[in-house]
Amino acid sequence: MPADVQADALSNTIADDLNTRGRDWYVDRAVSVGVFVGGVSAIVFIIGIFIFVTREGLGFALGTLDVKEFFTSMNWRPTSERNPTYGILALMAGTASVTGLAMLVAVPFSLGAAIYIAEFASGRMRESLKVLVELLAAIPSVVWGFIGMSIMNPLIIDMFDVPVGLSVLNAGVILGLMAAPIMTTIAEDALKAVPDSYREAAEAMGATRWQVVFKVVLPAAKNGLMAAVLLGVGRGFGETMAVLMASGHAINIPTSPFDSVRALTATIAAELGDTARGSDHYGVLFTLGIFLFVVTFVINLTADIVVKGVGKKQ
Amino acid sequence: MAEIAIETRDLNLWYGTFQALFDVNIRVKQGMITSLIGPSGCGKSTLLRTVNRVNERLGYVRTTGTVDVMGEDVFAAGVELARLRKEVGMVFQRPNPLPLSIRDNVLFSHRIHRGNEKVSRADEDVLVEDALQQVLLWDDVKDRLSQRATSLSLEEQQKLCIARLLPVKPSVLLMDEPTSALDPKATEALEALIWGLRGSYTILIVTHNMAQARRASEECAFMLLGKMMEIGPTDALFLSPKLSETADYIEGRYG
Ligand SMILES: Nc1ncnc2c1ncn2[C@@H]1O[C@H](COP(=O)(O)OP(=O)(O)OP(=O)(O)O)[C@@H](O)[C@H]1O
Ligand SMILES: [Mg+2]
Repeated sequence: MPADVQADALSNTIADDLNTRGRDWYVDRAVSVGVFVGGVSAIVFIIGIFIFVTREGLGFALGTLDVKEFFTSMNWRPTSERNPTYGILALMAGTASVTGLAMLVAVPFSLGAAIYIAEFASGRMRESLKVLVELLAAIPSVVWGFIGMSIMNPLIIDMFDVPVGLSVLNAGVILGLMAAPIMTTIAEDALKAVPDSYREAAEAMGATRWQVVFKVVLPAAKNGLMAAVLLGVGRGFGETMAVLMASGHAINIPTSPFDSVRALTATIAAELGDTARGSDHYGVLFTLGIFLFVVTFVINLTADIVVKGVGKKQ
Repeated sequence: MAEIAIETRDLNLWYGTFQALFDVNIRVKQGMITSLIGPSGCGKSTLLRTVNRVNERLGYVRTTGTVDVMGEDVFAAGVELARLRKEVGMVFQRPNPLPLSIRDNVLFSHRIHRGNEKVSRADEDVLVEDALQQVLLWDDVKDRLSQRATSLSLEEQQKLCIARLLPVKPSVLLMDEPTSALDPKATEALEALIWGLRGSYTILIVTHNMAQARRASEECAFMLLGKMMEIGPTDALFLSPKLSETADYIEGRYG
């Protein structure tokens, strides 16, 4: 049976061939292991941070903390000797007012920029604008805080004739400008994802460029645009340094844009260094941390669901 | 002698430096279905897209010569693109309904072109029903007009893409291989529908399908390498083509 023998020999050499692991094989393995470790460690870090924050804060939150007071009291007096109170209502109001104003500033800016870049600019103009937006997104927040303190502050005092310029207005505008670039990038991606065949169809029916944008592209991209706004909100919510510097850091429920406020994040940043580990003050700051963590998580999750889900049922 | 709906004179077109049309002269008769045939890349789509100037979206297209639609030069300085495109509707190769409801799709063009004029919902309903009746779609979709148009079958989508052109009363319909994304049954249905529209509209239809050109058009034009080779009544062109190139093509020798 020479044919069989031959076939055997052939399959042997093929098997040998398949068994030799060349350099590419090792490179490939190394890269995939590296990527895996990188991916897993990112998850491990996040879980680690979550566990750490929870461990430091949860015991206090479930035990000592008066939860009702925490959410409904305006009094944040953690250092009071006799009767410390831990009410974050004013801090929440501070964060909410600054973030809200920031969105009023950022949404028109970023949406306008995204529409211009995605629908109207072409060639070099588009490329340069995209680079510019990315550069803006990379400005460190302390620089924004500095702009808030040294440029916006005197400007607001001058323009509106008010005693302090570190206020909701200042922090909101700064935060809006800060959040706008990333929102622009996400919104532009959403607009770019609208198939060109829609634009072509509408233009072939005689729609002008603006009609195409308003009647076709924006409705088609609305989930992505919503996500851009939500991520902007998340960004504003979590931002610390710039808000700490520009908001005035005064515990206050604002009644006008010129009031100083204090944000949740800024409170943690400013106070954590002065607390003794294990003290009530320390515990309540970590409880704040958990709260921020949960809210940001919910915002990001909502953004995610909005992008993926809502379109389906229609 | 029938009126002329579309007439080009010495039409040349360049994409950047690449010339896609060479001295194209064609007269499309009003109220008739004229098919445009020729091998892939010969410029059929280009010619079609010049008539409603949708080519200009690209930004690097240059033309010389003239195109008249219903006796008006489409390149004349005073021409408003919106008005031209209302007069000249276009159907694309892949059905491209907008991501709106069926009803909003049908009314899209009408809403754009009516400006500030108030139109009652009842009037809109009439427009919608009328347009969908003309494309033989009304009975299938009348109970789900608020459904997304993108959820329809391809055949229904393509019918809708024709229907949405009708409320603004165009005189010319350009169709670029409107059945090429459809299965044979749907193709047949579309052909029947298009055939039914002749007389009311001037239809210029690009097709790769010889049988379709033969069945579903009254006039036929053959293009090759950017040039208009031969145009005439469909039967005559298929039975006794004047040029050997035409004969080669319709007998399948070009592929
Ligand atoms: N946007 C464009 N940019 C550059 N060249 C183009 C463009 N569109 C078409 N062309 C070229 O112009 C020529 C004619 O193209 P056109 O699409 O009009 O051909 P067609 O006859 O419609 O072909 P098909 O049957 O494949 O649809 C082709 O050589 C094509 O490569
Ligand atoms: Mg084509």
